[in-house]
Amino acid sequence: MDAQKRNEAYNNYVKAKIPKTRPWPTLFYSFLVGGVICCLGQGINDLILLWFPTMAEQTAWGYTLIILIFLASFLTGIGVYDKIGKFAGGGSIVPITGFSNSITSPALEFEHEGIIYGLCVKMFTIAGPVIVSGVVASVIVGIIYLFI
Amino acid sequence: MYYLWVFLIGGLVCMIGQILIIKTNITSARILVSFVLVGVFLEAIGVFDYISGFARAGINVPIVGFGASLAKGAIGAVKAKGLVGAFTGGLEATAGGIAAAVLFAFIFALIFKAKTKK
Repeated sequence: MDAQKRNEAYNNYVKAKIPKTRPWPTLFYSFLVGGVICCLGQGINDLILLWFPTMAEQTAWGYTLIILIFLASFLTGIGVYDKIGKFAGGGSIVPITGFSNSITSPALEFEHEGIIYGLCVKMFTIAGPVIVSGVVASVIVGIIYLFI
Repeated sequence: MYYLWVFLIGGLVCMIGQILIIKTNITSARILVSFVLVGVFLEAIGVFDYISGFARAGINVPIVGFGASLAKGAIGAVKAKGLVGAFTGGLEATAGGIAAAVLFAFIFALIFKAKTKK
């Protein structure tokens, strides 16, 4: 069997094995959960500005994101976030809480392989590409802005 | 009343992510990467601030906002410091988020044990 035929057969095999999920409920839940997480962020931000009226808006956003990251990391630790992720899909991945989850989750999972080579290395399996692509793109944008 | 906008835009951004997952089976790492790049692009062409004006957390809490603040930091630092700003600005603006995510992940990974997947 040549390689192309084999790949085709394998892809068909994979397609048959992927659990079928009905798309419409997940679309609805991802919308709902994503919207709720964003409203939660807005709520935290408004509370911070209410309690510390002198704070700059940029600083308040910094605290808001840190609090959201803390919550997501904690919920991942106690195993709740993955349960939300199961039905919310994109609603739990796309917000910054999903970024936090993508760091905490592999850190937890590979802790048994050691602190350095397990926890610290595997922590960046998903966040690494995100940070790399973001930094590369932002440096390029910065250099472009230097000339315009 | 602006919470309605926050909810709608935030939900919409997340739903686009879910549509991508359903249509193309791409992994969550690729979702996050592409949304960060979209954020950088939107900030670079100046559209992000316009959306952020009415969507607030709806566009800032999704990872798109992370990309936008990377770009915003780089652009601002370039204007203030010149070429070196392109290198320092992006990470400076997002350092809080990255440091928080790393710190909490480290602490909670030490405290909690992984749940065995059934």
